[in-house]
Amino acid sequence: MELRLKNVSHAYGGTEVLRDITLTIPEGKIVCIIGPSGCGKSTLLRMMGGLEQPDLGDILQVGAPPEGCLNPLTYVFQDFALLPWRSVEGNIALALEDHRLGRGRIREIVADVLARTGLADFAGALPRQLSGGMKQRVAIARALAVNPAVMLLDEPLSALDAQTRELLMDDLIGLWTRAPFTAVYVTHNLTEAVRLGHAIVVLSRRPGAIREMIEIDAPLEARDMSDPALAAKQQQLWHLMRDEARAADAELANV
Amino acid sequence: MSEIRPVPFRGGGFRPQVRRWVGLIVFVLLIAIAEWGTRTGWISNLTLPRPSDVLATFGELWQSGLLFKHLSPSLSRLAVGAVLGVSVGVSVGVLIGLFSYVRAGLVPVVAALFPIPKIALLPLFVIWFGIDEGSKYALIAFGTFTPTVVATYGAVDNVDRTLIRMGQSFGLTWWSIVRKIVLPGAMPGILSGLRISLAIAIILLVAAEMLGAEYGIGAYILEAGSLYDLERLFAGVVILSALGVIVSSAITMIEKRLLRWRG
Repeated sequence: MELRLKNVSHAYGGTEVLRDITLTIPEGKIVCIIGPSGCGKSTLLRMMGGLEQPDLGDILQVGAPPEGCLNPLTYVFQDFALLPWRSVEGNIALALEDHRLGRGRIREIVADVLARTGLADFAGALPRQLSGGMKQRVAIARALAVNPAVMLLDEPLSALDAQTRELLMDDLIGLWTRAPFTAVYVTHNLTEAVRLGHAIVVLSRRPGAIREMIEIDAPLEARDMSDPALAAKQQQLWHLMRDEARAADAELANV
Repeated sequence: MSEIRPVPFRGGGFRPQVRRWVGLIVFVLLIAIAEWGTRTGWISNLTLPRPSDVLATFGELWQSGLLFKHLSPSLSRLAVGAVLGVSVGVSVGVLIGLFSYVRAGLVPVVAALFPIPKIALLPLFVIWFGIDEGSKYALIAFGTFTPTVVATYGAVDNVDRTLIRMGQSFGLTWWSIVRKIVLPGAMPGILSGLRISLAIAIILLVAAEMLGAEYGIGAYILEAGSLYDLERLFAGVVILSALGVIVSSAITMIEKRLLRWRG
């Protein structure tokens, strides 16, 4: 399934946050959206998943979701959004319970995604017992459990420390290589974008508009940050963003 | 030659810690002072009864079987009234938390009802619900209802919105979101509200029994008061305190069970 945005614009009160965004998320690819803080990238992601409505423009799903898909547009949130009163297992089951799958089938799916994300030993643990990285793995497992057509990741690694971030990036690359999924990945971290994005969309500061779209052809699993070609891409992105980021930083004071 | 000294420690404090037995020691100390004061005549018998006499009165009350004759109607009034008030209060509180129209309509009503001293309405309740049990149930129910409502909708308001967004993003039904996210999320707030509501229920129990009750802790205290029988008065008061302690520790136990996830 493909996701297509056509001339999407949005304003909160009098403040224009998004201007005329036209974008296609192709099937089986990860599209990263980067931009300075407050550029509306999270708002855009919420619109893609139907949690918010744009003032203008259309957001379209093209094609049918894959077989056995329970929730075509599925989020992974920055702050994990796990229910603290449910175990790891229970948190994943939550996404399945409303689909009349039967106890056995739910248990099967939960066991499968726990194995895929390396969480099998933590099935009975409560969120408070887990590190940030583990919590985000649970959230990713929960997202995988519903077999989404498009995964919508909202700064999924921003709440984690640098080492954990590296590990989780490897995990995501591993998951994608084994079974390619379609994803929109919002971040303000250029390294994450260069490592994970097949395409990188750079948004300008408020009102967010597409400044540039960069494609990276190197396969995800073969990307090595010491590769000069990738370093050059990252440098290029930073040049695109630097002035925007500086301006956005100065601008926040008078909003 | 520069001076060498350790960095002085200035952290610490401002963190409640478990100190077992201190509460008990304070209790024992206060009672011992009262006992010693009344025995030496430093505290006159008119001001305070001798704790040992209160204990003796309590023993008589137990032996004559009067204790249960007074306690059982009181407990059933407390149970019926509080269950009624708390269950309606929690339901209305959740509705206020979930629906804007209910909130707009009922929050002012609750705000108007809350400050009314419910005891003042007792004569009215007698007319509405009858002089016997009905009016007593109503008084306790009404008194526990308002604090429960306020605590409940506050707790619902405080449920993490990102969890609700998450539920919506996974396509959970409205009822699933309420049952699996909103209610468990509001549970800590509801339980701490319950603590206050039930203490109020005990206060109102006594008030209700001061009017037209033959048996009951309240009737017992009232009778002792009008005869200025301090030993019996205090025996009654001790029963109420014990009731308060029991209710409060029962809630603590429920919290430990239901909120184990908080750790």
